[in-house]
Amino acid sequence: MTLARFVRKNAFRNKRRTLLTVGSMAFSLLLLSFLMCVWRAFYVDQGSAESAQRLIVRHKVSLANFIPGYYREKIRTVPGVVHVVQVNWFQGIYRDQKPENFFARFGTDPEEFFATYKELSIPADQEEAWKKDQAGAVADKALANKYGWKLGDRIVIQGDIYPVKLELTLRGIFTASVPNNALYFHWKYVEEGVPFAKGHAGTFGILVDSPAHVNAVASAVDQMFANAPEPTKTETEKAFQLGFISMLGNVKAFILVISLAAVFTILLVTGNTMAMSIRERTREVAVLKTLGFRRETILGLFVGEAIAIALVGGIVGSLIAILLLKGASQAPQMGPLFSVAAREWRFIAPVVWLVAGVAGLLSSAIPAYGASRKGIVDGLRHIG
Amino acid sequence: MAIPISYNVRNMVLRKGLTLMTAMGIALTVMTAVFLMMLLAGMKKAFVKSGDPLNVLVMRKGSTSELAGGFTKDKLPILTALPGIAKGSSGDPLVSGEWVVIVNLPRKDGTGDTNVTLRGMGANGLELRKNVKLIAGSWFGAGQHEIVVSQSIHSRFAHTGVGDMLDFGKGQWKVTGIFDGGGTAADSEMWGDVNQVADQFNRQNALGSAYLHATDPLAADTLKHRVADDQRLQLEGMLETEYYDKQTSSGAPIRFMGYIVGLTMAIGSIFAATNTMYAAVAYRSREIATLRVIGFRRGSILLSFIFESVLLALLGAAVGIILMLPFNGMSTGTSNAVTFSEVVFKMQITFAVVLYATIFALVMGLIGGVAPAWGAARRDILAALRD
Repeated sequence: MTLARFVRKNAFRNKRRTLLTVGSMAFSLLLLSFLMCVWRAFYVDQGSAESAQRLIVRHKVSLANFIPGYYREKIRTVPGVVHVVQVNWFQGIYRDQKPENFFARFGTDPEEFFATYKELSIPADQEEAWKKDQAGAVADKALANKYGWKLGDRIVIQGDIYPVKLELTLRGIFTASVPNNALYFHWKYVEEGVPFAKGHAGTFGILVDSPAHVNAVASAVDQMFANAPEPTKTETEKAFQLGFISMLGNVKAFILVISLAAVFTILLVTGNTMAMSIRERTREVAVLKTLGFRRETILGLFVGEAIAIALVGGIVGSLIAILLLKGASQAPQMGPLFSVAAREWRFIAPVVWLVAGVAGLLSSAIPAYGASRKGIVDGLRHIG
Repeated sequence: MAIPISYNVRNMVLRKGLTLMTAMGIALTVMTAVFLMMLLAGMKKAFVKSGDPLNVLVMRKGSTSELAGGFTKDKLPILTALPGIAKGSSGDPLVSGEWVVIVNLPRKDGTGDTNVTLRGMGANGLELRKNVKLIAGSWFGAGQHEIVVSQSIHSRFAHTGVGDMLDFGKGQWKVTGIFDGGGTAADSEMWGDVNQVADQFNRQNALGSAYLHATDPLAADTLKHRVADDQRLQLEGMLETEYYDKQTSSGAPIRFMGYIVGLTMAIGSIFAATNTMYAAVAYRSREIATLRVIGFRRGSILLSFIFESVLLALLGAAVGIILMLPFNGMSTGTSNAVTFSEVVFKMQITFAVVLYATIFALVMGLIGGVAPAWGAARRDILAALRD
């Protein structure tokens, strides 16, 4: 019998216990994988190549303050700027105020919108139709599917920030690798209905000619308006999105604390199981020693067993995590975030397995060392 | 006859290591759950306890937050003339026209800027909010570039001490005082004179919202409807309490995360507890058989082991809750999903948090204990004695 087979046999001698341990570890490691994938999606992922080439301009004070619409032409003069387009948060109410009927609605300029947001693809004829119809709108495919919208459908949005009822006609449906679940329409339509909306912009999206020039353009834009009555803050799309996440609170610390708790739980669980199974084998260890097995070998047998059990737990946990993440990417609101998180899984899974292996090693080291040191006679006398 | 409790306690003491490790596992799960519940409890208090049921908040029709408001100033006298509004100390009706704006301030700990609510209020604004107490300095002066800040903002943001100058809008603002909002939404705000605030943000001749203080709850309800029915106004009234009630949805992401994390860790802990209880049963199989021989019934043995598991879980819960006590009162912030600005609140261990945490642990102990206890009670006496 080889040592590896011995370890395997021992690991499954008490099937129920091994299964419960693997289950317990799998759930802790599931949590760890899930949280770390989300963490990577937040803080490490840099977004698509197009996104890295884009800047968002907003009022320096906050998103709730407007910037003048004429800034657009001024921004266009900055070297490196290819396209500028306003993207204004309209909010409003579709059908009713229920959270499931909430999605992002923006007013923009169709002439430059798809040129700036290159990763959104739309058939050319639909884009043309949208440009021509001032009451026209385009929607994300995932969003259109959710409500069963077809080209030519009427979509009525009741304004709240802007007191106007938008009666839109769907002129196009665009697709993106990561669905953005948003509806876009002509800002001009809002301006005509609401006098105070005229010449107002919430944010501008800028497409820069190359990712290398992004920082230079950002500071050039902010400098241009530094002493204007409405100063601006220009940041990359990713930084802009992170701003929203930081509003949730200290998410980084939050994830860290819960991950630590999960790791400690794993240590306790494996430690507990190994202590139990080693104790009940005290007599066997003495027999092994009598047969001539060395201390190191016995130590290795137990540690190997713990690591094997922990690894199985880790693999099961991370597999459930990817299933959950894939499932969550279909969710209507947080979906895009989870689909990014699911993409990060391939980086996280090996780390989680490593954590599982190290936890197995650490938790078995002390009881296994104790067992390997116990005198043969004491061991043989031991009554389980 | 039931098996004495001391039997279980002694057994747990006998296997200290095992008991402690399992209890610690449950304690960690309970700690995580308590942490999340404390966050939610504090946040709920910040919204639910906010608002005076006698205050009627008036905004433009269709508007869902004070930020999205905006109506012309000439509507204020019409509102003031409505019946059922209480009189203030000066004899005027208690009405305050207000503007709420968002300003961006740097956090004290250097983790970047965040949005803070600045509320400009009319002359009666302070009298409308009786629950708020000044704890340092003085209130802002009418017509002055002065603001008062809440205690939570004072502790979280730079340059917010009495006498400090804050830079936002079109210039510098002097901080004249610090107030205590008593855990309500006011704790996330800075207050100043409405005309100054409107001027700073180019919103003269308009108001974002108005507050009317009714004489009694019935009058408040009537006022609310009168505002909505008056065709001249095109405004909408709601009780201040109703307004804040709607904003509790800001806690939704944390609650969602809490359920996922709590449930996952609980399942892991139940497996671990089951494991420990199986081991406890296995070690004692001869003992259990002896108990049966002495005359204890199967039911007693089943109960006794379930009880032991629950005891183990409760020990874990106690450790978990005690370890979380130092976090009580820690102030933290999240963003209000309606106004884009930071809501400051204190984490709180309430009776409900302790109760839920205990029930949570109890359920873990129960589920973890049932199968092993069932196994213990069902074992054949002769086979067990021969073990």
